[in-house]
Amino acid sequence: MAARPIVEIAHLTKGYRRGDQVVPVLHDITLDIPEGDFIALMGPSGSGKSTLLNLIAGIDKPDSGTLLVDGEDITRLGEAELADWRASHVGFIFQFYNLMPVLSAFENVELPLLLTSLGKQERRARAETALALVGLADRMAHFPNELSGGQQQRVAIARALVADPTIIVADEPTGDLDRRSAEEVLALLRRLNAEMGKTVIMVTHDPHAVQSARHVTHLEKGELKIAAAAAD
Amino acid sequence: MGHLLKLVFRNIFRHKLRSFLTMLGLVVAILAFGLLQTVVQAWYAGADMASATRLITRNATSLVFPVPIYYRERIRAIGGVKAVAVSNWFGGIYKDQSFGNFFPQFAVDHDIWFDLFPEFRTSPQELLAWKHDRRGAMVGRQLAIEHGFKVGDTIALKGAIFPGTWEFNVSGIYEPKDETTITRQMYFHWDYLNERLKQLFPKRAESAGLFVVQITDGSRAAEVSQAIDREFRNSLAETLTETEKAFQLGFVAQTETIVMAVRIVSFVVIVIIFAVVANTMAMTARERLAEHATLKALGFSPGFVGALIVGESVLITLMGGVAGIAATFPVAQGFKALLGAMFPVFHVTGDTVGMQLAAALAVGVLAGLVPSYRASRVRIVEGLRHIG
Repeated sequence: MAARPIVEIAHLTKGYRRGDQVVPVLHDITLDIPEGDFIALMGPSGSGKSTLLNLIAGIDKPDSGTLLVDGEDITRLGEAELADWRASHVGFIFQFYNLMPVLSAFENVELPLLLTSLGKQERRARAETALALVGLADRMAHFPNELSGGQQQRVAIARALVADPTIIVADEPTGDLDRRSAEEVLALLRRLNAEMGKTVIMVTHDPHAVQSARHVTHLEKGELKIAAAAAD
Repeated sequence: MGHLLKLVFRNIFRHKLRSFLTMLGLVVAILAFGLLQTVVQAWYAGADMASATRLITRNATSLVFPVPIYYRERIRAIGGVKAVAVSNWFGGIYKDQSFGNFFPQFAVDHDIWFDLFPEFRTSPQELLAWKHDRRGAMVGRQLAIEHGFKVGDTIALKGAIFPGTWEFNVSGIYEPKDETTITRQMYFHWDYLNERLKQLFPKRAESAGLFVVQITDGSRAAEVSQAIDREFRNSLAETLTETEKAFQLGFVAQTETIVMAVRIVSFVVIVIIFAVVANTMAMTARERLAEHATLKALGFSPGFVGALIVGESVLITLMGGVAGIAATFPVAQGFKALLGAMFPVFHVTGDTVGMQLAAALAVGVLAGLVPSYRASRVRIVEGLRHIG
């Protein structure tokens, strides 16, 4: 039996205003992403893949169409509701890690949990588990500038999964890493997907990174081109 | 809240030099603001000392013209008047005409003078000695400290208004009731002045510079003042009677423009530091655009992001402000030591400290307001793009 779609996109369009002109970025996108999938969004620069990821993550709003995540139409949510929704449903992994430089690895991972009702002990336990999962149990007290790029991205992954989100969105997660670190990060994403059942949606240019995904979706000039298994 | 404060506090020390320089600017600005406000208050010290039950009666034409001494008895007879004492500005030169050697001297009715001014504390023995010595003088504590005057010393003054050399014996040293009381004057017997004037300049004798009138009820000040002036209407020396406070403020009014300029400068200092802090916070907010966007992406509210900037701004200004306030006290002491002759009361009041604190807080809040609003409104997608 096929997995239920965790993300359901129908007739989604998005454009950006430049002066008097509206530049279309996404045009009539319809796409379902099954629960537990690991999907890679590929395409040339300006194809709209990051925009599509931002819409799925609820940090941008479409001009039209519907976008359901776990059955909830997030296009109808207001700013505050959307912020709450992101806190509980989305784990973010950015190309440049986006860790708070004044917080230690532990404090960075704990950050999303501050928006939950969890007590201090529970937060500590979860953050420690997440850091142990990414192999950084011994680096909890280190600040981002004391960690390598690969280690910072692993902290970011720990931060993304610590609140047990519905989906994990990763925008070029290996774009700023060397080959070895990139492989470590991809291995972690595969583990999250395979062992923890997390739905991972990743934007990438990296052909190696694509091989970690179960499915690849191509975008070109704002339109969906191919949705295929990564092995194809 | 604890996490917000932790972030705010750590953010302050990200750019140590920038934060330190901003705080240093705050210290200087708040210190300057406090000192200038203290100067303004020092200007009004005489008026602040004034009693509600004391009136001043003087020649209506000008303070430089005297009034006949016999007015004293007629004023005393007016309803509501409790006591009347004469006071003549002497204007003697001590040693030389340097600013540091200047101090006010008054020829007064020795019998009742200190009864009219309870804010001056005297010892009964010294007061008695003064009353019995025609050449006796009572010297204020501050004046005694400045010039090293002791009981038994002789003070020689060269008369500028009343020619000749005048010698006075220090009979006693009076103390201030509190730190707002000016004790930088010398009082001596009006009788001594009058007797010598009778010998040397008879036409100038038997006259008073002004009368200090003690009334029974401060709420009747206007009524009694009018009664006194009515008494001398159409006489050769018509009088002008006003409350002691109004009289003192009349002196301040002559230098109103200077006071106004000092006030304006004190606020300009605050405006300048506001611009400096606002610029610092705008720069800070711009640099952290990606961090703010990340926090919002993670689910933190725009209010949380805004509070980070305002909190940082307020914390920086409060730290600088408190240091500035702490520095005000020793600097004011030094200021007083240098300019005691001009400002006998130079005291940093609770009001001044309150204004300094309020100024620091206002600068912090206002300087952080616009950057904070912008940070809270940043579009996540645009903020994230700011990284690289």
